[in-house]
Amino acid sequence: MADTVNQDTVAVPIGSGLADLIERVRRSSEYVLIPLFALVAAGLLFSIFLLALGQSPATFFSLLWKGGFGTAFSWQNTLVRSAPLILTALCVAIPARLGLVIIGGEGALVLGGFASAVAAIPFVQAGAPNYIVLPAMLVCGMLVGAFWIGLVGVLRHYRGINETIASLLMSYIAIAIMNFFVEGALRDPGNPNKPSTLPIGEANMIGQIPGVGVHWGLLVGIAVAIVLWILMNRTTFGFAARVTGGNVRAARAQGLPVGRLMVIACAIAGACAGLAGFFEVAAIQGKANASLAAGYGFTGILVAFLARQNPLAIVPVAIFLGGIAAAGGLIQRRMGMPDATVQVLQGLMFVVLLVSETLYGRIPFFRPRGDKR
Amino acid sequence: MNETDIGFWGVPLAMFAGAIRVSTPFLFVSLGECLTEKSGRINLGLEGTLVFGAMSGYAIAYLTGSPWLGVLCAGLSGSVFGAIHGYICKLPKVNDIAIGIAMMLFGTGLAFFFGKPFIQPQAPHLPSIELGGWSSLPQVRSALEINPLFFLGFLLAIAMWWAFKNTRWGLIIRMTGDSAPAALAMGYSVDLVRFLATTVGGFFAGIGGAFLSLYYPGAWSEGLSSGQGLMAVALVIFSRWNPLACFGAALLFGAAGALGPALQSVGITQGYYFFNAAPYLLTLFIMIASVSPKRSLKGAPGELSITK
Repeated sequence: MADTVNQDTVAVPIGSGLADLIERVRRSSEYVLIPLFALVAAGLLFSIFLLALGQSPATFFSLLWKGGFGTAFSWQNTLVRSAPLILTALCVAIPARLGLVIIGGEGALVLGGFASAVAAIPFVQAGAPNYIVLPAMLVCGMLVGAFWIGLVGVLRHYRGINETIASLLMSYIAIAIMNFFVEGALRDPGNPNKPSTLPIGEANMIGQIPGVGVHWGLLVGIAVAIVLWILMNRTTFGFAARVTGGNVRAARAQGLPVGRLMVIACAIAGACAGLAGFFEVAAIQGKANASLAAGYGFTGILVAFLARQNPLAIVPVAIFLGGIAAAGGLIQRRMGMPDATVQVLQGLMFVVLLVSETLYGRIPFFRPRGDKR
Repeated sequence: MNETDIGFWGVPLAMFAGAIRVSTPFLFVSLGECLTEKSGRINLGLEGTLVFGAMSGYAIAYLTGSPWLGVLCAGLSGSVFGAIHGYICKLPKVNDIAIGIAMMLFGTGLAFFFGKPFIQPQAPHLPSIELGGWSSLPQVRSALEINPLFFLGFLLAIAMWWAFKNTRWGLIIRMTGDSAPAALAMGYSVDLVRFLATTVGGFFAGIGGAFLSLYYPGAWSEGLSSGQGLMAVALVIFSRWNPLACFGAALLFGAAGALGPALQSVGITQGYYFFNAAPYLLTLFIMIASVSPKRSLKGAPGELSITK
């Protein structure tokens, strides 16, 4: 299981004065410096990979910067991609606090988006205004997402099914369910080329944050991240969840409702992914089709691990990875490299990042004073 | 069409043929996973290994003109992935399930990266052995065109089953998987045993991938594997870490996977996507039915993180 202890749970002796503050910062800087070091190491390894192929790493990384963060247009592109990443990363991070590795966020996103598009159909046909259509879509998308991942929690606790495999299998099933309906019963007859549900209509689409060129999903994602950070770090529920993640037996001995905690955490996670699906439908696609399965669920896993499962850290990391994804097209055009280039970089980052877990607690600089291991 | 049309008998026949045709990758990946898990480690990255094996096997077969060289290369590249996984997992504090997910993303990424130029060209296929010469029905004849890798996988399953029971190496692997302290006490290096088991497991998964691209469906594309490598993990649990049972489970999965195309071939296209999801549903239900939180599973390696 990923080491989910973060700076808040490390026992720091309560002291006063500047020396203690410096000590505190020095010790907790481990959780920032090691991931940064891992990113640099992954960048170096990827440079070697590029050099071996006769490509210039300098060109690659400057294009990465330019395509992700260099211009106002690339920032827009980056932020549009980071909005769903924040939510799918939360789908990984919340259960991870209980020691569950959920990797099926993609399925919950697809099914949540599909459910919200379907929920819109009767309202749109009845001519309902958008302040009725959108909440109905939102609730439907989040509920279906919560049910889908909540089911993984139920299977995990009550049947002992490994949540990693179950969530991934259910992800494939979710995509099949959507394809089944989109190609069949719920297909828009007016759109013969690309199977999709009936469009929700221009009037019901979610607009952009004024002056930013990015839809509201970004702000909602950030707000959800903050709320979930408070929930996990400042409430009894969060404390119980962290105890469970630290040691299930200890949690049971304390009389904590481990099963219920697991199911609730999974349901919250699924609701986040469903929310991401809602925004993909309501703000970008306007209908549900196969392009909902765009891989946000999988990149979200990487975001959550890079952020060490901390909901607040997820926001900058999601923007960072959203930028890498946004630069993919530019790199493909300018350097003539396949579109999977970014995927290779992401995979490499993920591997190096997990390898760097082995460094925690082994570097003398970060140890408490007086610890002469 | 008239005298050879066998109507709805085509469905069971196609499922039988599909079971044999589609099961081979499941068989190889699950045997590889079985070996790795018996040594006490889990490799979710076999999905990436399978995809990369499919790509490298296809590329080598296309470039050299020899499909068997492609199979060998797929196996070797698979063992490289297995070795990386095995090496990383022995570092302290590194979680084998998470590394598996990362290796899966990395492996598929690399396969898509290098496989881009090979999507169009036609590589030579693996030859098949025709056992259906006695029948006048073309459906039966085509159902009995069986790839030699299928038989190889069957023999491998028997060999592994026998070796786990009766050889020194089999005993060492089982002991390492059941109790690392016991293996240490006997003077074996736990890390080395698991490293080798993961490497050889990766070799098998790579061969499974080569079957996909070089025989059935027989071309390299980015949607070639849809989770076969992951289903193998569930399949190994279902077969209780028994290589012979892996063979049976792979056949069952092959049949489930063939259901969608088989129904489509007799004109039932309703629910095509649903039948395509049959293997995933089957895996899930099998896991629900066969795993229990209360008792440890019979035959489960004691050190395995997935059953704890």
